[in-house]
Amino acid sequence: MQSDILKLEQLHKNFGGVTAVDNLSLSFAKGEVTSLIGPNGAGKTTVFNLITGFIKPSSGKIIFNGWHLNGKKPHMIAAMGIGRTFQNVQVFSNMTVLENIMVGRHLRSRCGMFFSSVLPPFLRLEENRIRSAAKEWISFLKLDQYADFSAGILPLGNQRMLEIARALALEPNLLLLDEPASGLNARETIAMGELIQKIKSMDITVILVEHDMELVMDISDRVAVINFGRLIAEGTPKEVQQNPDVITAYLGT
Amino acid sequence: MKQKDYIGIAALTTLIIIVPYLVTNDYYLGVLIFTALNCLACIGLCLLMGYAGQISIGHGAFIAIGAYASAILTTKLGWSPWAAMGFGVVTVIFVAFFVGIPTLRLKGHYLAMATLGFASIVHIVSVAAVGFTGGPSGIMNIPRLSIFGFQLNSDVKFFYFSWAIVIAGLYLAVNLIYSRVGRGLKAIHGSQDAASSLGVNITVYKIKIFVLSAIYASISGSLYAHYVLYIDPGPFDVMHSVLLVTMVAVGGIHNIWGALTGAILLSLLPEFLSFLSDYLQGFGIRYKTDYDTLVYGAILLLIMLFLPEGLFDGLYRSIKAVFNLKNRLMKGRSQGAV
Ligand SMILES: Nc1ncnc2c1ncn2[C@@H]1O[C@H](COP(=O)(O)OP(=O)(O)OP(=O)(O)O)[C@@H](O)[C@H]1O
Ligand SMILES: [Mg+2]
Repeated sequence: MQSDILKLEQLHKNFGGVTAVDNLSLSFAKGEVTSLIGPNGAGKTTVFNLITGFIKPSSGKIIFNGWHLNGKKPHMIAAMGIGRTFQNVQVFSNMTVLENIMVGRHLRSRCGMFFSSVLPPFLRLEENRIRSAAKEWISFLKLDQYADFSAGILPLGNQRMLEIARALALEPNLLLLDEPASGLNARETIAMGELIQKIKSMDITVILVEHDMELVMDISDRVAVINFGRLIAEGTPKEVQQNPDVITAYLGT
Repeated sequence: MKQKDYIGIAALTTLIIIVPYLVTNDYYLGVLIFTALNCLACIGLCLLMGYAGQISIGHGAFIAIGAYASAILTTKLGWSPWAAMGFGVVTVIFVAFFVGIPTLRLKGHYLAMATLGFASIVHIVSVAAVGFTGGPSGIMNIPRLSIFGFQLNSDVKFFYFSWAIVIAGLYLAVNLIYSRVGRGLKAIHGSQDAASSLGVNITVYKIKIFVLSAIYASISGSLYAHYVLYIDPGPFDVMHSVLLVTMVAVGGIHNIWGALTGAILLSLLPEFLSFLSDYLQGFGIRYKTDYDTLVYGAILLLIMLFLPEGLFDGLYRSIKAVFNLKNRLMKGRSQGAV
């Protein structure tokens, strides 16, 4: 049996009176693409925010590679090897595409404020290394022609690609993608699917939140369906598609 | 650093070397020394405002702490000016740390309010703690600075020294901007969530840059004490803090060079206004220096309305536009000839 990279145990989150995540227990297998789907407001983004430390669970546990993530800040969770993208794209529009990806290399260097200001020769070398690593990610995502563009002026499709490149530059073990295909046209969506499969082949576990069912069923190893924060089905794409609860949740009663 | 920055620093250095040959009047050299001190404080403030996206309305207080540390320790305890300056810096590091920690952990502009309150407290203390600060009558007989036994005993010497510090401060700040730390700061400005998802420790970065900007202010204050050789609470009031923010905003907060431009222009503006007032008097119009604040306000307002990125960026763009237009016209003409 394959080992699990991430485990959610009886995870619960209330926002005031609203229960966004309700007693959710789920495991994610290492090296697989697992999709987390559900109707609008089901709590998918909230699950991502809980895993990455942006919000604190009301109760329950999050265990990553045997480590408890509860109470950890987002930057610590990034350091443990979890990368993510955002549903409403969050590229740094005040920086170039290349610089955006260089921020992704933040944890690969330790240099602090003093050395950064004085700029000794060893740091110039390190800067060059960061830059060339970032350029490799740019080529990987075929964004070469935009390297020196301000990230804010890229079309949405490229911004989503950039966000993924930036998260990949972190060299994560687990990558959370929140609706990477939303707002993309058919051609771009196909490219996104190919990209996710390439990421999987790099031994990176992927959790995908996505409304495009064709994409989800195409590339997922497993699919988990939530509604009102609760898990209603889990299995292979085929199993899930035939599950009567899922059909009701999506079509309404 | 990029090529542009090297050119900028080389140009500034050349200008500084030449200026004392052109400006021989001690009064104007003095104005240019105060300009340097404002530039130093504004470089630090720009790192905080333009790169970390936080505003401090209390940097006058850090200048005051530096100035008073230098004045008190040298006159009352006989410390060497350099040790006193170092002590001022250390004090400011601690103070900025404790002002920054509770406010910078929160999202939003709480730092502006905290520093405003802090600046008022420092000002009140400097007026009221008579035994310590000399109260309103201040501290006199502050010794001059000397470097390796070479005393900075003329305005020209102090001019060179203060601008050398500005250029050094500028060099360090520009390096910082293009470093990992600078990218982290810009990232925080761009999107806090995305920055932290990539491992940037937002709180620590904001506090660090706030402390750094306070160090710049503190050194500026120590230099002030050793130039004027006398200090009182007057120049370090909250209005001065606001003026520093105005300088940075007018020049352009997202660019160190902009902050520098703003600091230089607004430091020289009172001199220009007094020229103007003499000129206007010839036409029977009376201009009082009380109107200066009004002029500052008007300038700030106009710039925020029409050049929100600041004067520097505005000028840079217009020069570029003129060049482009010229190129296009030339091209048009050469094509027309064919
Ligand atoms: N910060 C918050 N404060 C209060 N309520 C929130 C917050 N974040 C999410 N919610 C609520 O929690 C529920 C789940 O929201 P969430 O964003 O996780 O849904 P989602 O499955 O990602 O939906 P979508 O497909 O539309 O993105 C919603 O009812 C939402 O209004
Ligand atoms: Mg969502």
